[in-house]
Amino acid sequence: MTRVAAINTALAAGLLGVALAALWGGEVFIITLATKVAILAIAGAGLNLVLGYGGLVSFGHAAFFGLGGYAAGILSHHAMTYSPMFGWPVAFSGTTQMLWIWPVAMLVGGLAALLIGALSLRTSGVYFIMLTLAFGQMIYYFAISWPAYGGEDGLPIYLRNQFPGLDTLDPIQFFGLAFVLLMAVLALTAMLARSRFGLALQAARQNRQRLQAVGIRPGGVLLTAFVISGAITALAGALYADLNRFVSPSMLSWHTSGEILVFLILGGTGRLFAPLAGAALYITLEHLLGGISEHWQLFLGALLLGVVLYARGGVIGTLAGGRRDV
Amino acid sequence: MSDPVLQIRGLHKSFGALKATDDVTLDLREGEIHALIGPNGAGKSTLIKQITGEIAPDAGEILLRGRRVNGDDAAARACAGMARSFQVSSVAPDFSALQNVVLAAQGQSGATFRFFRPVMRDRGLLAAARDCLARTGLADRAEITAAELSHGERRKLEIAMALALKPRLFLLDEPMAGMGAEGAEALGGLLDRLRGQAPILLVEHDMDAVFRLSDRISVLVYGRIIATGSAEQIRNNPEVQQVYLGAEA
Repeated sequence: MTRVAAINTALAAGLLGVALAALWGGEVFIITLATKVAILAIAGAGLNLVLGYGGLVSFGHAAFFGLGGYAAGILSHHAMTYSPMFGWPVAFSGTTQMLWIWPVAMLVGGLAALLIGALSLRTSGVYFIMLTLAFGQMIYYFAISWPAYGGEDGLPIYLRNQFPGLDTLDPIQFFGLAFVLLMAVLALTAMLARSRFGLALQAARQNRQRLQAVGIRPGGVLLTAFVISGAITALAGALYADLNRFVSPSMLSWHTSGEILVFLILGGTGRLFAPLAGAALYITLEHLLGGISEHWQLFLGALLLGVVLYARGGVIGTLAGGRRDV
Repeated sequence: MSDPVLQIRGLHKSFGALKATDDVTLDLREGEIHALIGPNGAGKSTLIKQITGEIAPDAGEILLRGRRVNGDDAAARACAGMARSFQVSSVAPDFSALQNVVLAAQGQSGATFRFFRPVMRDRGLLAAARDCLARTGLADRAEITAAELSHGERRKLEIAMALALKPRLFLLDEPMAGMGAEGAEALGGLLDRLRGQAPILLVEHDMDAVFRLSDRISVLVYGRIIATGSAEQIRNNPEVQQVYLGAEA
């Protein structure tokens, strides 16, 4: 086993271990924190595909995260209030089944990414960052000003949505779902990174001119990655809404985009398990330092500064050394 | 001789008042090395970029094997068989030498949107890539990260990538720039063998190499081609001697 593989295994086992130990000790709150880590890591894995592998700095991933959240919230809102969502071509009044909610969330996230990506990818560098930010904020303000689904107050999910055979309100079972999905998303990322598509995507990060000179258009490769990325982050959003049993516009705000970026930078951009390492570190710090001072983000800022200045590879890069796992 | 592989007819390109390309007509025939020389600022790189599709000409035609390619972008022209090397080495620095060439072989295969099988276990691509590395003398450097290759090795890597495109023609922009005498000699030998596979349009400042290798030479000055001919004809052309070779000749 390589060093990176050992670290990755330890991270996955660590998250699982914390949740199981908390179950044994009766610490429900810790299980919820572990679930939050798993879900945020999925969101980070979505961003990692475009930022870590494709080199696209998206500052608008909150849009996909929030849209996924609203997909879950709106579908279950209609199902629980027995109000029709639309009457044509067939009458439909939502669903509380996660197996329906997830694909819808991913579809919505993917479509939004297709639109935002198609327009933003015409630019690069700082203009790309600004465009993704602008699109994200547009959706945020739309959510705030649309009263049908709570507007600024957000939308409660009274009962967590359901999964066949599981009691999703049981913290450890819901954690199990999130954990399995995280592992699946990371496996998908690993597969994509090693494929022909992944080779072209990573080449687009390093040298778009060269990619073009071997006959591959960077635009199509990057847009495809952006759509997959949006879908993954939207899935995380749907889970996050169920975790909190609440969707609010804050899921869509640029703070959320920033947080997802921070997970990746802390974890080590372009490393497969960076989102998990980063999200775990972030949530742990929030929990520990947040108990000491409400200004805990000051310490986070200092840590981030340290990582950017002295440890570009983040947690994984520092522990495993060497290069990105191309 | 057979039909030219590449034909350029009446190409014009201006940047404001500067005529970077002024009515350039040029062709590249099967089996030859056609060198493009000229003083700095003569418009050689601008001309190459118009051929590869990075810059659109103001007027004129570019034909690849008789087909007009003016409307095609750089990726389409690469797929049609234009393989180029860049003036400043341009590879994917985080990839190994082998991965770089596999990327080129993948571009040539035209199948990039495959998401499942690991590319570095694709026997067809690997065999093609290893063959290209062997032909450029990089076989034992396959696993080295491109960023860690020497300057000369990166130059060869670019040629290996060009080879993997199964090209109809090579556009080599100063392949010998920055190489020592020994390296340039070795690379010259490689180019000499390459012309059998596909003709080479060679932009080069190393005059010894140009006169030794080229079947024909075109001299570009202020965007215009002032002479085209064999090495001997160019050496003895008084206009060329005056504006380009100056006192040396």
